[in-house]
Amino acid sequence: MPDPLRSVAFDGVGKSYPKGVRAVDGVSLEIAGGSFVALVGASGSGKSTLLKMVNRLIEPSAGRVTIDGIPVDAEPPHLLRRRIGYVFQNVGLFPHLTVGENVAIGLKLAGARDRSARVAELLRLVDLPEAMAARMPDALSGGQRQRVGVARALATSPKLLLMDEPFGALDPVTRDALGKAIRALHEAMDLTTILVTHDMAEALLLADRILVMEAGRLVGDASPRDLLAGKGGAAADALVAVPREQAERLAALAR
Amino acid sequence: MTAAFARVPELLAQHLLLAFAALLLGIAISLPLAVLSARHRGVARLALGLASLIQTIPSLALLALFYPLLLSLSALVGGGIPALGFLPSLLALTLYALLPILRNAVTGLVTLDPAVREAADGVGMTRWQTLRLVEAPLVAPMVMAGIRTAAVWTIGAATLSTTVGQPSLGDLIFAGLQTQNWALVLAGCIAAAALALAVDALLGLAEWGIAHRRRALVWLSLGLLAAAALTALAPALPGPRGVVTIGAKGFSEQYILARLIGARLEAAGYTVRYREGLGSGVAYGALASDAIDVYVDYSGTIWTNQMHRSDVPPRAAIVRGVADWAKRTNDVTLLGTLGFENAYAFVMRGDDARRRGIATIADLAREAPSLKLATDIEFLERSEWKAVQRAYGLRFAEAHPYQPTFMYRALTSGTADVIPAFSSDGRIAAQDLAVLQDPKGAIPGYDAVLLVAPRRADDRRFQAALRPLIGAIPVERMREANYLVDRDADKQSPDAAARWLAARLGR
Repeated sequence: MPDPLRSVAFDGVGKSYPKGVRAVDGVSLEIAGGSFVALVGASGSGKSTLLKMVNRLIEPSAGRVTIDGIPVDAEPPHLLRRRIGYVFQNVGLFPHLTVGENVAIGLKLAGARDRSARVAELLRLVDLPEAMAARMPDALSGGQRQRVGVARALATSPKLLLMDEPFGALDPVTRDALGKAIRALHEAMDLTTILVTHDMAEALLLADRILVMEAGRLVGDASPRDLLAGKGGAAADALVAVPREQAERLAALAR
Repeated sequence: MTAAFARVPELLAQHLLLAFAALLLGIAISLPLAVLSARHRGVARLALGLASLIQTIPSLALLALFYPLLLSLSALVGGGIPALGFLPSLLALTLYALLPILRNAVTGLVTLDPAVREAADGVGMTRWQTLRLVEAPLVAPMVMAGIRTAAVWTIGAATLSTTVGQPSLGDLIFAGLQTQNWALVLAGCIAAAALALAVDALLGLAEWGIAHRRRALVWLSLGLLAAAALTALAPALPGPRGVVTIGAKGFSEQYILARLIGARLEAAGYTVRYREGLGSGVAYGALASDAIDVYVDYSGTIWTNQMHRSDVPPRAAIVRGVADWAKRTNDVTLLGTLGFENAYAFVMRGDDARRRGIATIADLAREAPSLKLATDIEFLERSEWKAVQRAYGLRFAEAHPYQPTFMYRALTSGTADVIPAFSSDGRIAAQDLAVLQDPKGAIPGYDAVLLVAPRRADDRRFQAALRPLIGAIPVERMREANYLVDRDADKQSPDAAARWLAARLGR
């Protein structure tokens, strides 16, 4: 098996659709191994499209994406994807499989024999009781389901984790708890994590580096501290203004 | 009633094999097509459109269409494709089974939660793995529901395969309808319905098992179905050597004569099977292609329908002409005439004919515009009808086709005034009907002739067993035998009438 995937680079990457819509327009950037990057922007800014070009759920129409210097299209897509964790808003648990079978699906595809011990370990990792392995997905709450989704993504020990609005459908308390859990897993498993979110506050609290997208272009690239300090550019400032103002109003209320 | 059920096991086995074969073939075609349809919208539109179109064709017509289709296909590749019996029935029923399976499978696939597919892609499944591990198990309950519908339809429609010479429970229904033996009709209906219900229940069990992840139940129900198919297959396995198939068209006289022939052949040591209720054109084709070994036809029928002759020479010349032609064209042997004629004859209620002063077809032509004609199903399409129209200028106020037995009902009840009856029919004398003369000789002779298939052309034992029937049945005897079956009170079975006739063969 090749070395775990670490750093990701985009080189003049673009995606346009037949009717002339440009979802992503000439994005070039490098993401260092081990970093936690948040891709932020309004709906339709192209952040999800950019993310899905890493595991080739979407093929770019211009430029290229490389991981550790190797183009992502150097091998069949299903082999690439087996080494990349992928979590998305609708989770997509297989409703005909138990929680345990869902978590173990990547191991099954890889041909691993004894999967139950690993399943138990993964469930513990995402703070779910081991007994849950025997349950069916429709018996779970939204938060539990996404935890199973994360466990499934991490089952084959990938070093790159792609997350597309993973907390989008969750209530604020669950969101917060799951966000913290992901950050902890990122540290513990030494992951490179790319998180797509429209919630700037979430990005500021979880990521080391924030990329701001607007109309398919990269319009901001800064650390959370620099962004709050207004060094991320005009578009980033507008996005940061919302949580900042909310924080100030909450602080004023508490006084 | 128990006599009516005597033939059920044998026909049930044939029925089940036919329906299962069509269902399996339907599944084998529609499932890959469904997968393709789910991925390409164009294929979906085409496949579903075609399947729906087929569904709008009445199943009887679909079966009938395969006969000429296979016949010309067989001619194209130099013969060898049977146009009658199992193959056309299988193909028609398979087409019928496609729609429900295809529609359910496609609907299941296109309405699958897109998140599940995204997850399958995300964890690195190939297309095939996605199909096998995710799509197939998720749409399986819906596909099973489609298969259940297809199974019930197929089992129901298989009763119609009798008309193209494939034995099925329809044999009982058609024979019962012809001879007004309602016990026979009921036996066929009950057996077919019971089969459909049983198969539906077993498939339902499998469906429930799939939906509730009970593998054992799925295997149990499918195993039972397979066991049923194997049981049905067992009697069909031994080779047809020494087995004689006797054909019969769909009316009482034909049923009786088939039994008469069958009894003689059984006495000569042959194992006998019957293909009854064959269409008029189908029967000759079946004989020429060795699908049946022997049957009784009428010289005029072959003369006009097969040889397309419109001239009307004397009876003996027609028989000779048919014998020469059949031998030359199809290697079919005309063994001889049975001794009676069963010609089309225009018939009216006796009192009505006397009152109107009608004794000939020429008289009839004068009154026809105010009279109603009831015919059997094929008469209005036959060349005899056209010949009579040409010769006499006949034009009726109305003309409606009926099943032969109902045609008589229409006449006696006054719904119709004239029918083209058969001269050997027992009801003519029994119901005081007047047979109109044909002074211009427009209707050809219809001597009953014994026709033998090419493969029995040199079978001396076979022909020797049948030869005593030649010239042995006068028309009065045949009328009486027919009336035993056709009358309403104290009805006899064709078997009993055949025994009655066998005891009175004259030479």
